[in-house]
Amino acid sequence: MSVARTTDRENAGRRLQKFVAVLAVLVGILLGVGGYTFLYAEGLSYMSDDPEVCVNCHIMQPQFDSWQKSSHHAVAVCVDCHLPHDVIGKYVAKAENGWHHSKGFTLQDFHEPIMIKDPNARILQNNCLACHEDLVHQLAVGVNGPAEEVRCVHCHVTVGHGETTGLGGPEP
Amino acid sequence: MLATIVVVAIATAAVTALLVNIFERKSEARQPLTRLVEVTEDTTDPARWGINFPRQYDSYLRTAEATRTRFGGHGGSEALPEQKIERDPWLQRMFRGYAFAIDYRDRRGHAYMLEDQEQTERQTKPQTGSCLHCHASIMPLYRELGDGDAMAGFAKSYQYSYKELNAKLHDLGHAHPVSCVDCHDPDTMALRVTRPGFIYGIQALAEGDAEVPHLPTVQKWRAGSRSAPYDPNVDANRTEMRSFVCAQCHVEYYCANKMTLTFPWGDGMTADDVETFWNNITFDDGQRFFDYKHAETGAEILKAQHPEYELWSQGIHARSGVACADCHMPYQREGASKVSDHWVRSPLLNVNRACQTCHRVDEDEILSRVDAIQQRNFDLLQRGGAALMDLLDAVQKAKADGATADQLRPALELQRKAQWRLDFIAAENSMGFHAPQEAARVLGEAADYARQGQVAAINWRDGGSVSLAATSAE
Repeated sequence: MSVARTTDRENAGRRLQKFVAVLAVLVGILLGVGGYTFLYAEGLSYMSDDPEVCVNCHIMQPQFDSWQKSSHHAVAVCVDCHLPHDVIGKYVAKAENGWHHSKGFTLQDFHEPIMIKDPNARILQNNCLACHEDLVHQLAVGVNGPAEEVRCVHCHVTVGHGETTGLGGPEP
Repeated sequence: MLATIVVVAIATAAVTALLVNIFERKSEARQPLTRLVEVTEDTTDPARWGINFPRQYDSYLRTAEATRTRFGGHGGSEALPEQKIERDPWLQRMFRGYAFAIDYRDRRGHAYMLEDQEQTERQTKPQTGSCLHCHASIMPLYRELGDGDAMAGFAKSYQYSYKELNAKLHDLGHAHPVSCVDCHDPDTMALRVTRPGFIYGIQALAEGDAEVPHLPTVQKWRAGSRSAPYDPNVDANRTEMRSFVCAQCHVEYYCANKMTLTFPWGDGMTADDVETFWNNITFDDGQRFFDYKHAETGAEILKAQHPEYELWSQGIHARSGVACADCHMPYQREGASKVSDHWVRSPLLNVNRACQTCHRVDEDEILSRVDAIQQRNFDLLQRGGAALMDLLDAVQKAKADGATADQLRPALELQRKAQWRLDFIAAENSMGFHAPQEAARVLGEAADYARQGQVAAINWRDGGSVSLAATSAE
């Protein structure tokens, strides 16, 4: 009886050991492949403000190229116009857009030409005002509140990306 | 325990799949082009170019698909498109005395340009070899005719009959519709023009003094030393070239056997400029220029071909620097490659890429704007057609009442002017869209001249006066 009990315990212990060993190998592989994928995809670069990062994925190449020809090229990089300026808002927007962009680009299920969505258009508008508000505060805000607000780029469409032929625009 | 292992394994598989996906996306961005076969100036078979440029070739092949919009094309299941001359009988009557009164159908795509021309019932009348200038990949044949000099071969081509020249084309193995080599340099793939008719035509335009606000390099050439003729392949910029390649054929021209194929741009590109150009031409036999004599009235008629490029040149898109290819061959993305769509078709079938890259309104709105423009043009065109029919009726009646050719001359001159304008817009393949205001101006003049002609025919006893006072006196 006591011999059998010992064997049972030993068996259970051996099984656990085997499981831990297999799990260790698998988790190791996951960490390795995951880590390499992160590195290969230049994951860390997304924490920076470098415009080159936005063309890690070729899909943004026309936007990058046209920005280089635009009037704001010398004074603003991608994140200056397209992300909020406060730290928390910036990283929330980064995370949100990062998720949408990764999902869209991986599954290839996005609208072409690329068009800016409303929440991002709002961020853009706020960033126009962040620099130009002193000049335009009477223009930008509608008489009857935000619903009548005039979007700066509605008229000043070329400031960020030059002539727009071949690029997308805001969603209609 | 097992479940934990399975979950970790699945997670690893998912991460690996993501890694491979990222690798694929990164590979796309390298834009590989592999030149697998040699292509030369004599490679007219698009399939051979297609081996090197499969993306462009894939879309080029789709020009064989039947497409239609409200006012153009052919989307039915029947083999051949509908007869325009049956749908609008006034067109048939307008063309009496000319082969277009026999067979004149809606268009099909580029893939059919040669086949449709070989099979049209217009071939029951003798046709000239000039037609192949734009219906086949003709340049090797021109070089053959001219002993290596394409321009010399072109100069001879109008003297051949269509059947004779087309037989030569088949013998040489170049019986293909418009092909890659017609617009692309086989070594560099750069855009270039090849058609002699266009090259002479654009030179004449540059040497004239017509306003060309949409052609900056022509303006530049005019301001320069003019030591060499304007050469589109050297002087034109890329935006111009993206329209010039289309303007090699989608234009007005003389295409018959009395003189060489001619693009009439020396005085400019409006309907009036082109009319002036034709009116100043005399054939070798001493007759003034005309395309046919109208079978009912005997008027010497100018037939408009399909002046898409000329009408577009008068419009807002030309003035804004938009090229033909921007709307008819818009860029599309395949992987990381930016490819211009070689399925040349109506922008209305591709609104997203063709219009919405500039016009940020929804697709229904864009389609409805175009529809409004085309409907207005269509209504004006039908009015012009009705006015022309009344003119023809009035001439018939005057003849029956004993009017002589001399007495009817003023009416017939007005028929020539009216028909030219009406046909200029009717034959143009955009239902007025390429330049709506200009199209309306031309149609307004067409209706006016047709009504003046009608009055002149009624007043044949008073020397064809266009005064209504004379009419009421009668």
